[in-house]
This record gives sequence, C-alpha cells and structure tokens, in this order.
Amino acid sequence: MAYDKFTVLKSSAVPMPIENVDTDQIIPARFLKATERKGFGDNLFRDWRFNGDDTPKQDFVLNNPIYSGKILVGGRNFGSGSSREHAAWAIYDYGFRCVVSSFFADIFKNNSLNIGILPVTVSPAFLDKIFTAIEKDPNTELEVNLPEQSITILATGDKESFDINGYKKHNMMNGFDDIDYLQSLKSEITAFAANSPY
Amino acid sequence: MSKTPATLFDKVWDSHVVRKIEDGPDVFFIDRHFIHEVTSPVAFLGLESRGLKVVFPEKTFATADHNTPTINQHLPVQDPLSANQLKALESNSAKYGISHWGLGNPKNGIVHVVGPENGITLPGMTIVCGDSHTSTHGAFGAIAFGIGTSEVEMVLSSQCIMQPKPKKMRLVVNGKLGKGITPKDVVLYIISKLTAAGATGYFVEFAGEVFEQMTMEGRMTVCNMSIEMGARGGMIAPDETTFNYIKGREKAPKGEAWDKALAYWKTLKTDEGATFDVEHVYDAADIEPMITYGTNPGMGMGITKHIPTAAQVGGSKASYDKSLEYMGFHEDDVMIGKKVDYVFIGSCTNGRIEDFRAFASVVKGRKKAAHVTAWIVPGSHIVEAQIKEEGILDILTEAGFQLRQPGCSACLAMNDDKIPAGMYAVSTSNRNFEGRQGPGARTMLASPLVAAAAAVTGVVTDPRELI
Repeated sequence: MAYDKFTVLKSSAVPMPIENVDTDQIIPARFLKATERKGFGDNLFRDWRFNGDDTPKQDFVLNNPIYSGKILVGGRNFGSGSSREHAAWAIYDYGFRCVVSSFFADIFKNNSLNIGILPVTVSPAFLDKIFTAIEKDPNTELEVNLPEQSITILATGDKESFDINGYKKHNMMNGFDDIDYLQSLKSEITAFAANSPY
Repeated sequence: MSKTPATLFDKVWDSHVVRKIEDGPDVFFIDRHFIHEVTSPVAFLGLESRGLKVVFPEKTFATADHNTPTINQHLPVQDPLSANQLKALESNSAKYGISHWGLGNPKNGIVHVVGPENGITLPGMTIVCGDSHTSTHGAFGAIAFGIGTSEVEMVLSSQCIMQPKPKKMRLVVNGKLGKGITPKDVVLYIISKLTAAGATGYFVEFAGEVFEQMTMEGRMTVCNMSIEMGARGGMIAPDETTFNYIKGREKAPKGEAWDKALAYWKTLKTDEGATFDVEHVYDAADIEPMITYGTNPGMGMGITKHIPTAAQVGGSKASYDKSLEYMGFHEDDVMIGKKVDYVFIGSCTNGRIEDFRAFASVVKGRKKAAHVTAWIVPGSHIVEAQIKEEGILDILTEAGFQLRQPGCSACLAMNDDKIPAGMYAVSTSNRNFEGRQGPGARTMLASPLVAAAAAVTGVVTDPRELI
C-alpha cells in the first residue's frame, strides 16, 4: 500500500513515558476482526483511552487536548509482543508519522517502516530531554530530518543523529515499498527456488 | 579446504539469501508460509489491488485458529466479524490454490500446533507466519519467526521478505531439571533473567543438556516463547529426538527422500569454535516452578519467592508500579495462596498432548475447586483425539473439568473465551499483558502443572506438593 513520502517532519509531539508498551495495548485483539485496512485509529490504545462504557479516560494523554502532533514519543521497548501490523496501522491512521523511543521491538519496527511510519531510536538521555521539554511546554516542536538522519528539539537546540539502513531510508523518502522491489527480482527468485530442497 | 566454523543459525540463514543488498536487508527466501484468518485478509487485498498472483501456493498453508469458537464448532460462527474473517480465509485460499484447514476440518487447529504435527515443519527450513509465535517451529532447527501483514503480502507474491540478519545469542542450560519443573518453567526462568527485551535484535540458539533431553513438545514450548524475551526467534539443533518425531508424519519426506533429507539435517548444528555475539549459561538446579506477577512475561519469579521490589528489578519505577497496580499485587507479596478465579490450559505454548498429560497427572483423583472456571482447550483436533484415546478425558471429567474444542481461545480472547475484568487467571499461554485475556483480566503465566495445582486448590499452589 502506498504511503506518504517522508523527508523532514516538524511537529509537536505526544509523550507516553511508559516502558514496554506492547501491541496489545496499541490495539487490543478484539479490534483485529476487520478484513480491510481502515478505521484502526479509532481503537488506538483503546483500553487506556476509553472506559468500559466508551467514555474517554480523562487522564490518558491522547485525551488531553494540550498534547497533539504527528510524533509519538514512547518509553523503552516500544511495540513489544504480537506481530500484528494493525498496531502500526492504528498509529498511522490516528495521524502519527513518526514514533520516537530509546528502544523498539523488532517486528514493530519492521512493520512501521513497511507502512511509512519512521521509528527513530534515540539514546535514553535524549529521550529524557524530549520528555522534559514537552513537560515544560506541550507545544515544543521536534524536527525529524530523515535525509540528514537527525532529530532536534527545536526549543533547546538539542540534536541527535539516528540510524537507518540506506535501503529503507531511500524507500521512506520516496514512498516505495518492498513489494515493488521484490517483483523486480522475479527471475532471480524463481531460479533460487528451483534449487530449494523444500 | 577448511571451512570457517558456523552456527546452526548461520547455516540456515545463509543458505536462504537470494541477494544481499549493500547497506540494506537480505532478500530472504521462505520455504514454508503459514497463514490464518486475522493477519492475511489485507495482504490478499493488496495482491488484488496490484494484480499479483501467489507465486508458490504449495508453500503456503492456511488454518483458522485465532477467531474460532471453542464450543459448538459445528454451528455457524455467531460473531459476524469473526465469521467474515473465516470466510475470507476460505475464499482467498480457494482462489489462489492454497491448502486450507478451516473449522470442521480434522486437521484444523492452532497454526503452530498443526504445522509440526503434520510434518510440514522440517529442520533447515525458513518458516514465517503473520504471528509472533511462529518462533515455535525453531524447535526443529528451522529459522522461524513472525511477520507483519505487508510481509505476508511479500511472501505470497514473491516467496521472499526483506530481512536484516539478526545478531546471534546462545542460551545454555546445563544440568538436570528437578521434579515438577517443566519446559515452560525453563523458558519463563530465562525470560525473568533476560527481561522481556533482553534478546531484542538477536536470534537465539538454545543449547545444553536440558534441551538435549527435552521432548519435541517441550522444545516447542521453549522456542515458542523466544519472542517474549524480545528475540525474533529461537532454535534448537535437530537430533534423534527430532528425527523420530518427524518420521512417518503425513507431509514428511518418505523413502529415498527421507534418507537424503536426514543426511542434510544431521549437518545442522553449530560447529565447534563458532561464535555468538552473546552467550548466557544457566544451571537447571536453580529453576523452580515459575509464575508471573506482572504485565509482561519478564516479570516472572519462582513460585515460592516474594514479588521483587522495583529497585530489585530496575528500570522505570512508574512503569513497575503501574504493572503491579493493574494486577492488584504489592512488592514483597507471597504468590502462594493467592486466589485464582480462572484456569486456562491450551495455546500454541502449552496446547500439546504432553501438556494435557501433565495437567491430568495432577488432577487425577482430585476435584476442580468449586469457584474456579477452567477452560481446557486442545491445540488441534489431533491433540483432542489423543486426549480421548489416552483416557485423559475420563480423568478430566471425573475431576469435574470439561474439554473444549481447538483454537487460540483465551490466549488472546478474540473469541468469547474472555476472562472478566478484575478476575485472576492462571494461564499456560504466553502473554500476561494488560487486557490480553479480556479487558481488565489479570493473567499469571505458568506451566500446565502449576495450572492444574491452581485448578484443584483454587489458589496459587506449588505443584510439587501434589505430585
């Protein structure tokens, strides 16, 4: 599925300083019953965001109007657990284009890159700086610069670089996905398959 | 020419790389692809919108499991959304020529139970599925891991995914396990030591006497939970135990093909002198029956111990406090004696015949505690048949338990098997995340023996007192 190209994103951010945010929290299993990719944003963080009677939980960050933006900042080990891509879809559908954490679970990271969300891994110290800056001013903007591979807290000027492999970076900047690339390797893959013992 | 010593993981990975991309992932060939109803429909929609076909339909196998009811499977599925997903799996499989074991099919069951028991899973393979517990198949010396739906679409349309090669970790457990200590305890113990993110970025090889002596069912339980330490997958070198398990299964190689396969499989082990990025060694004597007290699988402890303090565990105190508050537990609490409302035995972690034998060994001659609701859910129809044949059903019935029909059930509570809010469940499944077994449900992960002990006493109990 095509996604928006990602180059430089300047936005305020939503802070979620909780460790081990697993994909069952991002989207509980009972909301995985669709056969199409739409509407998942409505159930993003469903059980943290809403009470059993569907009224919003006032103390949850997504229900606090002072926080907004296209960047979600999470605690260590973000996206652990289930491989459900629905978690990344829900984050994208809600309007986020970038998730920042000091540590991501592998499958969530892959899923995000595959659908056009940029996972940015920063040092624990830089993550703390982001949380502090947002706490001080919820409108604090972050600048995520993919070509330069850097993230900056604009209010303080604090800046850090982040890693991403060249292949994925090129894809993200151009809105390409792996399926197109793999189709271009068809004859190479067919030849490989012919020699497979399985 | 002498070869550089290689690990089991290197041997299997490197033989599946179609192309290496500089400063990018490997183009990685997939031998077996399992699909189920929840993570595949959008991948098929993607194929349609791009006008692509399934390139090797004979390498993909479909089974319905996540969403299926565990009672009255002969009746139409009540939940219209679940029914719709099951129908989509059936029609997509038919359209593209993929083998489909739907509800009612005698081969139906949880994807990670039916793959091995039908001989689809073999040593040296690369295996993926849109489900993180695909790591289960690593028990056979395969590289097996969970993928997202975009990757499901890649496999369907090209039989490859784009994957950076993970780092390597070896986890060794030497010695002999004590009485009442099961493979589930071994893996929960390791996760409690490593944390739920301790192996993120790595592929794990389990080695040492404990795994060498383990049955295939036990090895599957261990590899299943590799993901719960953050690892992409875990694997165990195939040996005689593996070959004996596979031989004669429906889709296993036969005759000359068997001999040829066996010769290859015997080469699948880590060479002397091969190196790992990280290695941890544990002693079997240190492992006791395990139980989790928090909301991630790393929050596990020996059943006779006290709940550790945030300071002892390390990490964010706020996150730790949030976790204990959800569970209604406190630092330094004793777990033994805590009230249990529900018991669940089943799932791709502990839904195999050996697990039900273990459960039955404790409940035999005893009665289910009156206040406990127990869900006993086989991993497949084949397991269900074994339970009946071996007389386990009679033991269960005598003790006041009922057997349900196969499926993922209360492990992720997508069907009606939901633990009510605030209730405590001892569960043989793999995740104790908030709400995993139903909104507000409180999960304590444990072995089938601990589950059985809780089911008959109604409280958290050390199973060694009952066996």
